[in-house]
Amino acid sequence: MNTPTARQPDIAVEMRDIVKRFPGVVANDHVTFIALRGEIHALLGENGAGKSTLMNVLSGLYTPEEGEIFINGEKVVFHSPRDAIAAGVGMVHQHFRLVPTLTVIENVILGLDDPKFRLKLEGARAKIQSLSEQYGLKIDPDAFIWQLSVGEQQRVEIIKALYRGAQILILDEPTAVLTPQETEELFRTLRSMAEKGHTIIFISHKLDEVMAIADRVTVLRQGKVVATVAIDEVNKEKLAEMMVGRPVIFRIEKPEIEPGEEVLRVEDLHVRNDKGLPALQGVSFVVREHEIVGVAGVSGNGQTELAEALYGLRPVEKGRIFLYGRDITQASTRDIIREGVAQIPEDRHREGSVGNMGISENLIMKHYRRSPVSRGPLIDWGYVRDFARKLVKRFNIAAPSIHTKARLLSGGNLQKLILARELSSEPGLIIAMHPTQGLDVGATESVRKQLLEEREKGAGILLISEDLDEVMQLSDRILVIYEGQIMGETPGEGADRNEIGLMMAGENRSGTGDTSLQRNTSNA
Amino acid sequence: METAFIITILATAIQAGAPVIYAAVGEIFAERSGILNLGVEGMMLVGAVSGFIVAVNTGNPWAGVIAAMLAGGLLSLIHAFLTITLHADQVVSGLALTIFGAGLSSFLGQNYVGVQGPQFNPIHIPVLSDLPILGPILFDYDILVYLSVLLIPLSAYFIHHTRPGLHLRAVGEDPATADVMGINVARTRYIYTFVGGVLAGLGGATLSLAYTPGWTEGLSGGRGWIAIALVIFAFWEPWRAMVGAYLFGGVQALQFNLQTIGITIPTYFLNMLPYLFTILVLVFATGERMKRHLGAPAALGIPYIRGER
Ligand SMILES: Nc1ncnc2c1ncn2[C@@H]1O[C@H](COP(=O)(O)OP(=O)(O)OP(=O)(O)O)[C@@H](O)[C@H]1O
Ligand SMILES: [Mg+2]
Repeated sequence: MNTPTARQPDIAVEMRDIVKRFPGVVANDHVTFIALRGEIHALLGENGAGKSTLMNVLSGLYTPEEGEIFINGEKVVFHSPRDAIAAGVGMVHQHFRLVPTLTVIENVILGLDDPKFRLKLEGARAKIQSLSEQYGLKIDPDAFIWQLSVGEQQRVEIIKALYRGAQILILDEPTAVLTPQETEELFRTLRSMAEKGHTIIFISHKLDEVMAIADRVTVLRQGKVVATVAIDEVNKEKLAEMMVGRPVIFRIEKPEIEPGEEVLRVEDLHVRNDKGLPALQGVSFVVREHEIVGVAGVSGNGQTELAEALYGLRPVEKGRIFLYGRDITQASTRDIIREGVAQIPEDRHREGSVGNMGISENLIMKHYRRSPVSRGPLIDWGYVRDFARKLVKRFNIAAPSIHTKARLLSGGNLQKLILARELSSEPGLIIAMHPTQGLDVGATESVRKQLLEEREKGAGILLISEDLDEVMQLSDRILVIYEGQIMGETPGEGADRNEIGLMMAGENRSGTGDTSLQRNTSNA
Repeated sequence: METAFIITILATAIQAGAPVIYAAVGEIFAERSGILNLGVEGMMLVGAVSGFIVAVNTGNPWAGVIAAMLAGGLLSLIHAFLTITLHADQVVSGLALTIFGAGLSSFLGQNYVGVQGPQFNPIHIPVLSDLPILGPILFDYDILVYLSVLLIPLSAYFIHHTRPGLHLRAVGEDPATADVMGINVARTRYIYTFVGGVLAGLGGATLSLAYTPGWTEGLSGGRGWIAIALVIFAFWEPWRAMVGAYLFGGVQALQFNLQTIGITIPTYFLNMLPYLFTILVLVFATGERMKRHLGAPAALGIPYIRGER
C-alpha cells in the first residue's frame, strides 16, 4: 500500500499512520482513517481512545509527530486550523468554540479577512441567512451567543464551518448536550449535507444514534484503529464489543426493592437563577431509601438550580428542605456534606474537580477533615496514597499515576474520579446530574451499576438527566420539570415516552393548579 | 468672577485629563487583548523623561513625543515577552515594570531636573479661541490635548466596528476560540500590549512637554494607577474612560483653584480624592451583577497556552 489510496475519486479524507503523543500517552498510534465523499462516518471509541485527538489533527489544531494527510487525493500539511479551513475541513468541537460576548455574525466571520477593515455586515448576514435556509439551520444572526440555547449554539458552529466553505465537517460529540428534538433536527441537517456531497465525520458515544445515521463506522481503542466497517455489517452489541474489547450488557438488572424511610423531602421550593429570575416555582417531592427518583426535563428548566439549592449552594427564597426529617433549608454545604449528601455535579471540570491537583488530592477533598485521612491538623499522606490507589482500582480510573492532574484526564475518567470520591463517603442521599454525559458505553454501564448498587445499599438517589432512556431505565419514579414546576409524575416501570415528552414540553399532568391556564402560558 | 472660575476649572480639567486619557485608552487596548499591564505608571514616567530629554537635546518637542512613545512601547515589550512568551504572572511582571520604570526614569533624568525645555503651547485658533466662554473651554489647548480627544472616537470605532477590533475582542474574551479561528493570539497580544505602552509613553510626554513642562522625579504622580482604575470604571470602553479622565482632571483643577478663591479645604483632602474616587469605582464596578453585564474581558490576566486543558 504505497501509492495513496486517496487517488480514488470518492475518497475525501485519508489520514495515514498518524501518531500523536502527549506526555505519558500515545493518543494516536499509527492510525489510518479514510472517509468518503457524501458519507456520514461515525468515529467510536472509549473515553480517552484518541478520537478528539485524531480529529484535532485533521482540523489542524494538533500537528502529528508522524503520518500524512490527504484531502481529495492531495497531500496536505496543516500548521493551524486556518490551513485546514482553507483545505475545506471544518470542525465543531466538543466544547463549542464561540465567543459568548460576540454576536452570531461576529462569531461566524471571526478570523476571516472579508470584510477587511470596516465591519460591514450586510453581506455576511445575507450569506448566513441563505445557508440557514439551505440546510434548515434556524438562527438569529444578531443574537449574542450567551443568549442562545446549546442547540442554537451548535447551529452557529455548523454555519460557521459552512460559511468557510467546509466540504468536510467534523462534529465532536454533537448530540451529548442536545434534547431529543434538537438531535432529530441536527440529523436532518447532516443528512441533507451528506446528500449535497459533504463528508460528515462525527464522534458519538450513543450507539443508537450511530446505527441510525452513520454509513460507516471506525472504531478506535487505546489510540489504535480496531476496524472500519459499513453500518449494515454490524449491530449495537457488536460495536460496543469492538470498542470495549468485551461484550457489554445494555439492559441492567434492577432488582425490586421496597422503598424505605424518607430521606429527602422538598416542600414548595422557590429559588432564583443567576439573573435573579424565578427558576423554581413551588417544587415539592420526596425521595426515600432504596429509591431512584428521576427528574426529566429539557435543560434550563430549573434542574441546575434545584441541585444547587439541595446542596446548599443557592439561597432558598421560599419553601423548605428536609433531610431525614431535619430542616436543612439554611444549612451550609459543609453541614449538608456531613449529613451524608453526595453530589455528582453538572460540570465535572468546574464544580467536580480541581484541575491542577492530583487524583489523590481530588479524592480526599471531602474526607480531609476527618481521621483517618487527617491526624489532627496534618494529613496522613501515606494513608491517602493507599486510599487513592484502592479507589483508582475499584473504579477503574485509567491514569498514569495517582498524582496525575485531574485536568489531564479524559471526560470518562474524570467522571469516575468524582464518582469514586462521592460514593466512598457512603452517602444517604445522592444528587446525580447528567452522571453519564459524554461517557462511553463501558463507563456508562459502570456508572449506572454503581448507582443501582447504592440504591440497593439504601441510598436515596435524585437523578437529574436529559437522557430520557437513562431516566426511564434507572428510576423508580419520574418527575418531569418544566419552567421550574413539576408537570407530573409517572412510575419508572413502563413509563410512556410520549407522555413524558409532552410534559417536558409543558403539559401539566400533576392535577394541581389550573391545567388549561398552565398550558396556555407555557405555549406562549 | 463665578463664570471665570468655572471656565478655569473646566479648562484645567480637560488639560489635566489628557495624559490620563492616553494612558487609560492604551491600557484598554492591552486589557481588551487579555493582558493586564500594571506597569502603566512606570511606562508613563519613562515616556515623560525620555520625551523631555530628547526634546531638550533636539529642541523639537515632536521628536520628544516620538521618543516618549518608543520608550513606553519598548518597556511594554518587556512585559509582553515575560507574560505572553514566557507565561509569567501578569500582576508580578506589571508591578516589576512600574518599579523598574520609576527607577529608570529617575536615573535618566537626574541631570534634567529643573532644566527648561521646549514645550507645546496652546494653539490660538482665530475667531474660535476668542469666543467668550466657549473659546477658553474648547479652543485654547495645545495639540496633544486635541489629539487625546480625537483618540476617543477613533479607538471606540476601532474596537467595535473594525475587523482588527473584532479580533482584539475575541482574543481577550476567548483566546482558545480565537486561535482555532485562525487568529494569532500571541501576535495580537504583543501588538496591543505595545500599543498600550506607546500610549502610556505619549501620556508621559503630555505631562513633561505640555501640562507641567519639565522634569521632576515621580512626575506622573500616580496617574498611571488612576488610568488603570479608570479602565475598570469605564468597563473597557474609551468613551467612559474619557468621562472618568475629565472627572479626575476636574478634581485636580479644584485642588489648584479653590485656594485661589480663598476656600480652604486641606490640600491633603483634595489630594486624596482621586484615589478615594477610584476605590469607590472599584467597589461598585466589581459587584457580581455588574460584572456579568459589563465584565472584564473573560481571559484578562490568564496566559494562553495552546492545547492546554
Ligand atoms: N492536551 C492534552 N494534554 C495531555 N494529554 C492529552 C491531551 N489531550 C488528550 N490527552 C490524552 O490523550 C488521550 C486521548 O484523548 P482524547 O481526548 O483524544 O480522547 P477521546 O477519545 O476524545 O475521549 P472522550 O470520549 O473522553 O472525549 C487521553 O489519554 C487523554 O488523557
Ligand atoms: Mg473527545
